[in-house]
Amino acid sequence: MRLTCPHCGARDRREFTYHGPASLLDRPAPDAGEAAWNAYLHLRDNPEGESRELWYHEPCRAWAVITRDTRTHAVHGSAAP
Amino acid sequence: MGYSGFRVFWEGLTGNRGWRPVWREPEPKARYKVLVIGGGGHGLSTAYYLARNHGITDVAVLEKGWLGSGNIGRNTTIVRANYFLPGNSEFYSHSLKLWEGLEGELGYNVMHSQRGLINLFHSDGQRDAFVRRGNAMAAQGDDAVLLDREGVRGLLPYLDFEQARFPIHGGLLHPRGGTARHDAVAWGYARAADARGVDLIQNCGVTGIRVENGRVRGVETTRGPIEAESVAIVVAGRTSQVAAMAGLRVPIESHVLQAFVTEGLKPVIDHVVSFGMGHFYISQSDKGGLVFGGDLDFHPSYAQRGNLPMAEHVMEAAMTLMPVIGRAKVVRSWGGIMDMSPDGSPVIDRTDVEGLFLNCGWNYGGFKAVPASGWALAHLIATGAPHESAARFRLDRFRTGRGLMDEEGTGAQHHLH
Ligand SMILES: Cc1cc2nc3c(=O)[nH]c(=O)nc-3n(C[C@H](O)[C@H](O)[C@H](O)COP(=O)(O)OP(=O)(O)OC[C@H]3O[C@@H](n4cnc5c(N)ncnc54)[C@H](O)[C@@H]3O)c2cc1C
Ligand SMILES: [Zn+2]
Repeated sequence: MRLTCPHCGARDRREFTYHGPASLLDRPAPDAGEAAWNAYLHLRDNPEGESRELWYHEPCRAWAVITRDTRTHAVHGSAAP
Repeated sequence: MGYSGFRVFWEGLTGNRGWRPVWREPEPKARYKVLVIGGGGHGLSTAYYLARNHGITDVAVLEKGWLGSGNIGRNTTIVRANYFLPGNSEFYSHSLKLWEGLEGELGYNVMHSQRGLINLFHSDGQRDAFVRRGNAMAAQGDDAVLLDREGVRGLLPYLDFEQARFPIHGGLLHPRGGTARHDAVAWGYARAADARGVDLIQNCGVTGIRVENGRVRGVETTRGPIEAESVAIVVAGRTSQVAAMAGLRVPIESHVLQAFVTEGLKPVIDHVVSFGMGHFYISQSDKGGLVFGGDLDFHPSYAQRGNLPMAEHVMEAAMTLMPVIGRAKVVRSWGGIMDMSPDGSPVIDRTDVEGLFLNCGWNYGGFKAVPASGWALAHLIATGAPHESAARFRLDRFRTGRGLMDEEGTGAQHHLH
């Protein structure tokens, strides 16, 4: 599997670390309450098909939002967060 | 239909014409008391114990493929009770006791083989952690024996004890740990559930869950709608999709886990060996293949196949631990879709929808759990109260932060497991 870094282009999967869904970028306010924090930390859409995910590209130390198909492992897009 | 040595002998002499299908293939009825979605190990054992322990036989198992087509037929078959934390500890202990009586109970040979499981350690700190785990296992009433380096060498002489990175200091032996034949577990439960009147409906994918006024009413399937009083979601890696049919969002990420098997060899590995530092474990099947695996691929996937990096990592770990394996040829590899929970421990609980139950979060360890999971879920459905062995497997522990069971001690968040 190759993934695309928005800065370095298509690279081997070994250079990347998966962190979670791209929704992790939308951090709730500190006082948003238990339900919002539970949804943010634990609950997942876990899509079968197109998935927007947060990956870390170790060589250039940049985060990337990668759009991938979880059924085929095909990469459809990549952008800086 | 009973099985015996005599029967095999007789059928052999008479052209094997007497064997019959071991379960019925009924048309789904319009209505059942309980519907179990998912015909894997956990769904089948749930149906069996509903009938066996609670006399509830108006039950159907709805399976979108064929029985045993999911992870129950894809795992590396390790059965053990070496957990550490309260919650997991009593549950897996209960499960192992059920395993020990399973063949007699089901009248089916599941080839449960208590060949012993050895977890290797490579440093003083790791030894202390395993001493502590062994004490927890003993306190739970299970068995654990601390082996020093020579003790391990006596049992596993083929390991490379002198490797520079992870020299082997010893191991924790769990004598009652071992393996079983995975498909046979599915078939055994299926046959026994069918014999007690449970309908096993194959090629029946659930496409919708009907909820009215906060109560479950039944399901839509590829073979038409079916009504029910209670519905249990027991679909492992597909939990998010099926739960979403009832409007639920669950704390699950689906990840792929790979496994590998070599050509059949003469007996060489008599135990299950776990090399945690290399994320590698291995056993030898009764057919002779060396069955081994490692860690997740570490990204969400529904592809049921893995990637090269983890395959290479597993092979490297194998060569590090036991260079003798370099002479064997790998003949197959495959992947299964794991229902990963944030703390690495499972959920057997009610949901916010009345009559709708959830069994998920088995991570990479749900095969050994098959008997106790079905036992506990059947108890919950039948009595409305959690079974004591699974009382801590609550869905709300993530929201409240109370009762998290983070066995690895890495933190109760998805990306840490
Ligand atoms: C490579 C690998 C190695 C493993 N090794 C071990 C091990 O050594 N020891 C251990 O304890 N565990 C191990 N596991 C984990 C274990 O296999 C799983 O945790 C366990 O099998 C999951 O429960 P199950 O058997 O009910 O799942 P499954 O067999 O996956 O059952 C779920 C069923 O639900 C069905 N389904 C899904 N969606 C629908 C729908 N909409 N309608 C109807 N049916 C549906 C699926 O078709 C499937 O048959 C391993 C897993 C893998 C992949
Ligand atoms: Zn980069």
